[in-house]
Amino acid sequence: METNIIGSNIMEPVISLAYGSGGDLTRKLIEEEFVKNFSNPILDELLDSGIVEFSGKLAFTTDSYVITPIFFKGGDIGSLSVYGTLNDLAVVGAEPLFISLSLIIEEGLAVKDLKRIINSISKVAKEEKVKIITGDTKVVDKNKGDKIFINTSGIGIIKPNRDWRKREINEGDLILASGDLGEHGIYIMLERLNIKTAEDVKSDMAYLGSFILPLLDNFDGVKFIRDATRGGVATILNEVASKYNIEIEVYEEELPYKDWVKNASEILGIDPIYAANEGKAVIIIDKSQADEILDFLKKHPLSCNSKIIGKVISKNKPKVYLKTRIGSRRILESLKGDILPRIC
Amino acid sequence: MCLGVPLKIINIIDNEKAIAQLGEKTTLEINISLLDSVKEGDYVIVHAGFAISVLENEDATEIINIIKESNITQ
Amino acid sequence: MFKLEINLLNKNLLSQKNTVNVKEAISKIIKDIEKLFTDRNYVIMEFCGTHTHEIAKYGIRSLFPKTIDLRSGPGCPVCVTAEEDIDYIINLAMENNLSIITFGDLVNVPGSKASLSYLKSIGKDIIVVYNPLESIKLALNNPNKNYLLIGIGFETTVPLLAYTLIKAKNLKLKNLFYLSLHKLTPPALDAVLDGKEVNLDGVIGPGHVSTIIGAKPWEISANKYKIPIVISSFEPEEIIFNVYFLLKKIKNKEYGVWNNYKRSVRYEGNLKAIDIVNKVFKLSAANWRGLGIIENSGLELNEDYIEFDVRKRFPLTKPIKVKKTACRCGEVLRGVVKPYECPLFAKACTPSSPKGPCMVSSEGSCAAYYLYEN
Repeated sequence: METNIIGSNIMEPVISLAYGSGGDLTRKLIEEEFVKNFSNPILDELLDSGIVEFSGKLAFTTDSYVITPIFFKGGDIGSLSVYGTLNDLAVVGAEPLFISLSLIIEEGLAVKDLKRIINSISKVAKEEKVKIITGDTKVVDKNKGDKIFINTSGIGIIKPNRDWRKREINEGDLILASGDLGEHGIYIMLERLNIKTAEDVKSDMAYLGSFILPLLDNFDGVKFIRDATRGGVATILNEVASKYNIEIEVYEEELPYKDWVKNASEILGIDPIYAANEGKAVIIIDKSQADEILDFLKKHPLSCNSKIIGKVISKNKPKVYLKTRIGSRRILESLKGDILPRIC
Repeated sequence: MCLGVPLKIINIIDNEKAIAQLGEKTTLEINISLLDSVKEGDYVIVHAGFAISVLENEDATEIINIIKESNITQ
Repeated sequence: MFKLEINLLNKNLLSQKNTVNVKEAISKIIKDIEKLFTDRNYVIMEFCGTHTHEIAKYGIRSLFPKTIDLRSGPGCPVCVTAEEDIDYIINLAMENNLSIITFGDLVNVPGSKASLSYLKSIGKDIIVVYNPLESIKLALNNPNKNYLLIGIGFETTVPLLAYTLIKAKNLKLKNLFYLSLHKLTPPALDAVLDGKEVNLDGVIGPGHVSTIIGAKPWEISANKYKIPIVISSFEPEEIIFNVYFLLKKIKNKEYGVWNNYKRSVRYEGNLKAIDIVNKVFKLSAANWRGLGIIENSGLELNEDYIEFDVRKRFPLTKPIKVKKTACRCGEVLRGVVKPYECPLFAKACTPSSPKGPCMVSSEGSCAAYYLYEN
């Protein structure tokens, strides 16, 4: 009403279908945003493929990111798309080298939002010294996407001493969580429900490799590592139990949770053992090295709250139990269906 | 039915809203319209974003009484 | 008396003077129960879905001897929602341009053909909220959309929804509508006791429902049916103490109501909350899954708030047909059968593909058994 439409900046610049069609606008987007932010000799060649030369045992992973909301405390869909893929590499003992970046943008996404996401991606890639060497951009009609979807694929190299896959899991091995659990999942749920919280409530997104790779270099008693993402620790442990046919017992009193996670979980009616983590790993270790491993992990800022949360009690059958704080034992199932808040 | 968790009120905004402590340094906004009177420092039971009661500091004694009544002696 | 540290209970409330070793007390209580309460079966009904959930989650049944039979009653508002009501909501959404606002609990509950989550996957607008006041924001921000707020929940939740409607009325909202599926718990207890299908010795009363309605309504039932009722909180330690407490009352043939959640429950309840409810709702009959239609056991919008009634604004053009099903949720709710006695349990009916609400709601008996006591 008070703004003069003609000549004013009332229309916010957005990504339109033309940006994805491969023509001038696409080239402009690529050169101005992507190359500028991600520049490296491989990407700068701007060929249809990124070309590199190296040898060794390679790990290759891919993940797609569709999270809502796209901006949140502790990061955004951009940083998540890099950390998630880097973490998938790190947990198998691979040092991340290169990633690809594919964007599917819904028409109408504000250019400033896209720039913010690109900046995020660039920042994480630079911090963790990984190169983005190839990518793609598509734009879809309004309502055929959800602001932006991102896919990243990553390649990393596994030094022989870091390849834990052939190490046998034994009865008596201990289960370790690398820090406080449930933060990302519970926080995102609070965001989605528009529950206002203070600064300290945020995603725990972080690069696991910063402590996982040194851990593997120093201890051969590390037998198994998983990124505790969707489905939470409970789901990961059920998958492990199933794959190796082992019985695992988890101790409720040992599970590390920040106070806000405990309280928010109770308010929402969600068990944080099922909530996603984006900066935590579940590690199975040899009991004889447990004390040293804990000491080692506690020295690193991202694993300083590491804790032994359970142990392998047999190799007879695939089952996960929870020993409750009142001394009883019950079955701990994997996540069934969606996590939903409840009032009852 | 009825998930309710005890939270401490650390700031009263007005008759309707208050800030409750979620963790050591984290907070949550809740609605206090269902309570007659509540003050900062009170603990309340929060259900679906609303405080439904102010906790009287009786819990420890309640359980003590139950234990006493059950004649559990050393 | 012991002299060691007490923690938990309400974690933030730490008593300086009274110190009791809770773990030791629990083990002594269990030993006592094994000594004194194995002469016959003692049937105790826990009457609140959250109790069902906590009991299963903490494996409390496994701590007691087999003679202690803890059964779940119709205390889960989702579980007692009639299939017809789910069908009604689904038909409403299919026939009209209506966005549905609901608590998460209802999303996966199956009607005769589909659930609300199915509606979402075919493009209908299903919005899950934690705080019902979100519906006010939605209606205000989108004046061209019509919203249906589903009123599910027992007495703990009703005051919040009444407050929401009062706010909606003050803001003169014309695009927010309401469906009351509210049910009251004392009438449900009476129906179970009247039904005489289970020989109940005692009842564990709902802590947060009682926070609103007080201990008083339970007194009436306790005296009428000569049964002891203990109002309990939800901490597993306290639940165990209260089962023990109840057993002793049963043994002494005492009846009445005992409020063991005094820190939250007052005898007269939360009068302000009750007042708010009375401004918006009035008593009505309600259709309980498993119990049928019970007079004066539900709430509907009163004359002052009838403008929000979705049924007036969007009458259905097609009638709802009730389908026969092998699901024995109704009997589970009345405490007549245990979940594993239902032919569908863990076979056709699992948490990922539930056939009835008792398996959907994490408070439902069947889900609790499946997840924790398999």
